[in-house]
Amino acid sequence: MLGRVANTIYWMNRYLERAENYARFMDVNFNLSLELPPNEIQQWQPLVVITGDWELYQSLNSKVEKTKVIYFLAFEERNPNSIYNCILNARENARAVRTEITKEVWEQINALYFLVKDGQEKKQCLDVNIRDFFTQIKNGCQLVYGMYDSTISRNEGWNFGKLGQVLERADKTSRVLDAKYHLLLDSPKEVGSSLDLIQWAALLKSVSAYDMYRKKYGKLSPSCIAEFLILDREFPRSILACLLIAEQSLITLSGSSVGFSNDAQKQLGALRSQLEYIDINDIIDKGMHEYLDEIQGKLNKISSAIYNSFFVIQTDYSEVK
Amino acid sequence: MVKKASKRCFKKGVNSLFFMLKLNLSEYDTKGYYDEMFDENNNVRPNYKLFLERLQKVSHKKLQSLQHATDRAQLSLGMTFNVYDDNQGVERILHLDIIPRIIDNTEWTHLEKGLQQRIRALNLFIQDIYNDQKVIKDKIIPKELILSSASYLKQLQGFTPPKDIWCHITGSDLIKGGDGQYYVLEDNLRCPSGVSYMLENREILKRTFPELFKKLGVKPVYNYTHILRDTLESLTDVEKPNVVVLTPGIFNSAYFEHSYLAQQMGAELVEGKDLIVKDDVVFMITTAGLQRVDVIYRRVDDEFIDPLAFNKNSVLGTPGLFKAYLKGNVVLVNAPGTGVVDDKAVYAYIPRIIKYYLGEEMIIPNVQTYICDEEADRKYVIENIHNLVVKQTDASGGYGMLIGPKSTKKEQQEFIAKIKHNPRNYIAQPMINLSRVPTLTEDTIEGRHVDLRPYALYGQDSIKIIPGALTRVALKKGSIVVNSSQGGGSKDTWILNN
Repeated sequence: MLGRVANTIYWMNRYLERAENYARFMDVNFNLSLELPPNEIQQWQPLVVITGDWELYQSLNSKVEKTKVIYFLAFEERNPNSIYNCILNARENARAVRTEITKEVWEQINALYFLVKDGQEKKQCLDVNIRDFFTQIKNGCQLVYGMYDSTISRNEGWNFGKLGQVLERADKTSRVLDAKYHLLLDSPKEVGSSLDLIQWAALLKSVSAYDMYRKKYGKLSPSCIAEFLILDREFPRSILACLLIAEQSLITLSGSSVGFSNDAQKQLGALRSQLEYIDINDIIDKGMHEYLDEIQGKLNKISSAIYNSFFVIQTDYSEVK
Repeated sequence: MVKKASKRCFKKGVNSLFFMLKLNLSEYDTKGYYDEMFDENNNVRPNYKLFLERLQKVSHKKLQSLQHATDRAQLSLGMTFNVYDDNQGVERILHLDIIPRIIDNTEWTHLEKGLQQRIRALNLFIQDIYNDQKVIKDKIIPKELILSSASYLKQLQGFTPPKDIWCHITGSDLIKGGDGQYYVLEDNLRCPSGVSYMLENREILKRTFPELFKKLGVKPVYNYTHILRDTLESLTDVEKPNVVVLTPGIFNSAYFEHSYLAQQMGAELVEGKDLIVKDDVVFMITTAGLQRVDVIYRRVDDEFIDPLAFNKNSVLGTPGLFKAYLKGNVVLVNAPGTGVVDDKAVYAYIPRIIKYYLGEEMIIPNVQTYICDEEADRKYVIENIHNLVVKQTDASGGYGMLIGPKSTKKEQQEFIAKIKHNPRNYIAQPMINLSRVPTLTEDTIEGRHVDLRPYALYGQDSIKIIPGALTRVALKKGSIVVNSSQGGGSKDTWILNN
């Protein structure tokens, strides 16, 4: 497979996952805001912080308001990570690797594009039915995942796509947990209150983890939630589960399951085993924010290592097929 | 019949309104032009008979809703091209009119034979002008005319491409004149485009009129990409050749087609930067190292394929590609240097070229062409410029052209000066009345002018003409410009079994 094409598939999947995550964050937050005291800053600022684009937001907006945040995260053309831009990029990437994906996948990504384009033109962020839009984005992305998994061969391209998807997912789960955990523990007087419960439930729902969490732990508790989202081996959006899936793809791509044969495999394996042999209490002792920050840094390094190991033009061409 | 119809109206309630408002074609105008559905007495021609019966059963409103479904289908398939007329690229679709162009088998067989003849002769001609130049020595065509053509590549002198084939993929532009006769208007031997529209238009129309295909006996076109792959593979002796499609990239207006063809053929779609030449062998850069490339269906013009051999500033090409080609280590499709045939001055000699190489009369005639480089012709052109279409020999796409009857005296004088200054650069042709085909308009169906681009594939053994074509249609009333940039659209072209 061409290095350029592999890179494009990797990013196409990352962008789709990002768009889907953003839609879910906003949907949950919107729902939450209906039942909380009217403090827009407290409710909507963390959402922007999660995405890492708080500085950009401030440079474009003077105030934190619900509609402004939604516009910024969903439609803002100047925000490279807005849903609009993610879908636009995913589609441009899909177009560039049209020969690697199926008609079904292409047409669905194309349909998503028309959905966001239409939403942006109609200024849907001001609409009371914005949640319908979020639902359409979530469902639309999941339709792509489904088609992807049921129509595309488990070849190199599929594995690069999977890598992109789960690394993005791990990053987003860690960011949501980081922002919310912080915020929730900052207000100890409300621990155990009904308000608190709503907030913890919202955190789980932001990563579609509520149902599976309840089934496993029953009661909501901060450390169990953190354990579930970071260290669970079975829940497909936990950081560890994402890394396990990523590692499988990387093994297939590298062709060796013993040790490592490239830098990407080395770094990913190291992070995966670190999470496998750590206890949630160790993480809490170390400091949740510090630990999650470290994970995010390592995920970025893994992404660069994948780029260097597979996508970039090698100067040494000795390995001729 | 009447009784039955009224009963249905009554039953279907609201639908009956549509039924009653069915198409009225009594006003259909055929005056002054060859119409492909009706003859001059407004009798339906045999090839459109069954289609017209179907048409008369539906309302205009129903046709419009079918048309809208077609537009949506094109968008969802991503059949779009970018137009960069401002900062933001605008995505457009090439309008597909739902009324098909229908051609019967007798006409088609004639076209097929004519195109095969033409392509065979042109291929021999290209081989000759790069090698023995007998055609020049025998004074069939002036030496200067060939050597002065911008598309003649001197680097290829003495070169013979694999399997002696230069023009593997051809898409000549044909028209039907006022006399109902087909003419070749232009040859397209460089990188003819539009074949994806032939294929996708068909897929869409099969949803628009599903019941008609069997009823009329429409020849299928779906095997084009299979034949294309076979053709490409037949050009090399490598057992399982690695075939790729070379595109200028995602911003090229024909990118949809490049990716479509690559995907349908199961070939890798590459850009110049994905390839590297080592020791005159072409490789593509993959995640697992380098992989040799055997055949390149390139959609990049000669000038840009290799910055070392041609345009130094080209970023679309791959350094060393041309040398690898000359050494026989890779096949380029079409071969470089074929563009010399697209030169409009060479076009004028094609009847003589066919006669010279094949000893046959031309089956599909050329449009009569006056060569300004020849004295008698030049004199005629200057005297009759107000009745003629004057074309620059190395231009295309409607540029560098004077349409005599629609021009001012001043423009005519300007062109006369240009012709006198550089006669080699100009040819002239009489105005041709392009035939018309019924086309859906805002409120009815009217004739619109069309041309025809069939696609031919020249592989190791034979020249195959796919029974279908891209029909381009000038959507504006009275217009004869079919180019997509100037209000042109397309039609599905149905070739009937009998």
